[in-house]
Amino acid sequence: MNTSVSAEQQPLVEIRALTKAYVRGKQVVEVLHGINLDIPDGDFVALMGPSGSGKTTLLNLIGGLDSPTGGLLKVNGQRIDEFGSDRLAAWRASTVGFIFQSYNLMPVLSAQKNVELPLLLTDLNARERARHADIALQLVGLADRARHKPNELSGGQQQRVAIARALVSDPKLLICDEPTGDLDRKMADEVLTLMQQLNGDYGKTIIMVTHDPKAAEFARRVVHLDKGVLVDETTR
Amino acid sequence: MKYFQLIWTALFRKKLRTVFTVLSLSAAFLLLGLLQAVNSLFAGSVEFLGADRLIVQARTSFTQPLPMRMMPQIETIPGVARVNHSQFFGGQYQDSRQQFPQFAVNPQRLFDTYPEWVIDKDQRANFISTQDGAIVGRELANSFGWKVGDIVPLNSFIWVKSDGSRLWEWRIVGIFDGKNQEWQDRTQLMYLNYGQFDEGRSPGARGLAGVFVARLKSPEDSQRVAALIDSKFENSVDETKTQNEQEFQLGFIKQFGDIGFMMNLISGAVIFTILILTGYTMSQAVRERIPELAVLKCLGFTDNRVLWLVLAESLLLCLIGAAIGMGLSAMLTGALPPNFPPLRTDQRVWLFAGCTVLGLALAVGLPPALRAKRLKIVDALAGR
Repeated sequence: MNTSVSAEQQPLVEIRALTKAYVRGKQVVEVLHGINLDIPDGDFVALMGPSGSGKTTLLNLIGGLDSPTGGLLKVNGQRIDEFGSDRLAAWRASTVGFIFQSYNLMPVLSAQKNVELPLLLTDLNARERARHADIALQLVGLADRARHKPNELSGGQQQRVAIARALVSDPKLLICDEPTGDLDRKMADEVLTLMQQLNGDYGKTIIMVTHDPKAAEFARRVVHLDKGVLVDETTR
Repeated sequence: MKYFQLIWTALFRKKLRTVFTVLSLSAAFLLLGLLQAVNSLFAGSVEFLGADRLIVQARTSFTQPLPMRMMPQIETIPGVARVNHSQFFGGQYQDSRQQFPQFAVNPQRLFDTYPEWVIDKDQRANFISTQDGAIVGRELANSFGWKVGDIVPLNSFIWVKSDGSRLWEWRIVGIFDGKNQEWQDRTQLMYLNYGQFDEGRSPGARGLAGVFVARLKSPEDSQRVAALIDSKFENSVDETKTQNEQEFQLGFIKQFGDIGFMMNLISGAVIFTILILTGYTMSQAVRERIPELAVLKCLGFTDNRVLWLVLAESLLLCLIGAAIGMGLSAMLTGALPPNFPPLRTDQRVWLFAGCTVLGLALAVGLPPALRAKRLKIVDALAGR
């Protein structure tokens, strides 16, 4: 199945014949088999599929957390499949924001300091970093929780801090791996509504892996994977 | 500097464990500071001694006496300005714990060979003219509360008087100072008039000197003159071994064992123990934070930046422990009463501690730092 955008529109993510194989002991296990996928700028895509279908692997490759075995992977006009480790790190810092299922906040840092983390890699001074973090926390509705540590926040609030951290360096692309997996329905809907706002109001391109069909309803497009290939696509 | 809070909070993630590790490091560095202060005392006590003085001793051992007739012969050697003789007295004051060095010397020649000592002119004249006279250094006089006119009984464990007694009484006729602070710090010794000493000891021992102290006209001549002196007495019954004052003092100290070696050996054991403890703490701390380090890499921290963060954390841990331990060591040595050896946490000791901190931080920080550098984000986030 090929899910390319029309020829005149330059996609933000361009994937051609992408493969990924892992070596486990003496066995080579191919997880992705020649994926072709285009994701235009400003899209909100949900990747769905059963466990082991390769959706998280695909997400990791698009986010520059791992390198493909073969094929072409272009994000924002750059062949990131050809990047070395340091260049990929710099690219992630400037282009991608990550949101994880288990939030992955630093437990010893306050919400504000967690949000400031990506800005440590910029030339901003301490005051500017704090100001940017404040704005990001306001955006996710947690300005009054800036001094709180993660263990003083609810799951939904922690995930919103993680979203603020993902947003603070103003990336084009948000990579979300089961962002509502640890949340109850109410909190999950709040977080997903926030993500929808970020997509609609701020033009962030979002790629989200989820098992939850209700979560996928918030996306514009749902792409299904099975056994390492794209099998279906639904556009809303 | 912008990473300081990240490093600091990571270090105190498990407060109790970090506090105990810091306490262990502090105790280790306190011990290191004291051991190295002892080491420094022995090394530093001779380092400043001038190269313009030679000590002539019997070739076999400095405990073997030399005949007094050699003194004018040494004095005629070109390059020698003045010669004195000196005999270690080995006296104990009150009890065996109250020990300080005493030397029986020719009072007239003492200040020619040791111009670094400063004394009142009248007191100097009294030392020359008083057969049982003695002069004491200012620090020694202060520590015992002695003043001019006091009689000091010394029980010599080396020298027996002709009447069989070991108790010698010396009249303090002067108190001398050093020409500068370095020499003032060394005013913890006593000079005795050779007159009473030579007359009082058993007849068989009279007319003999322990060593000769030769002051040179120029320190550059040191090696040449030493060779000339030794060659003059070569193949005689009184062959000599001539060395500069610093070498002689080091040799003297080594009679009691290689103090530096022993101190360094114990220091090594302390460092090794603390290395194991701190190394375990650092490895544990990093192992617990693998997912957090992976998140940092997700955010764009490069492999090397993560490596440096872990190394900096290790350095900070060692620095805090060392600062507390060395601070305590400096306080303790500074508060020692005057009758203790003048231990000081000097530059040499701080340098040793600084190098130890760097070495320790690298040794305990590098293995977990390399692990952090090499970790693969995907595996670390998946808990593999």
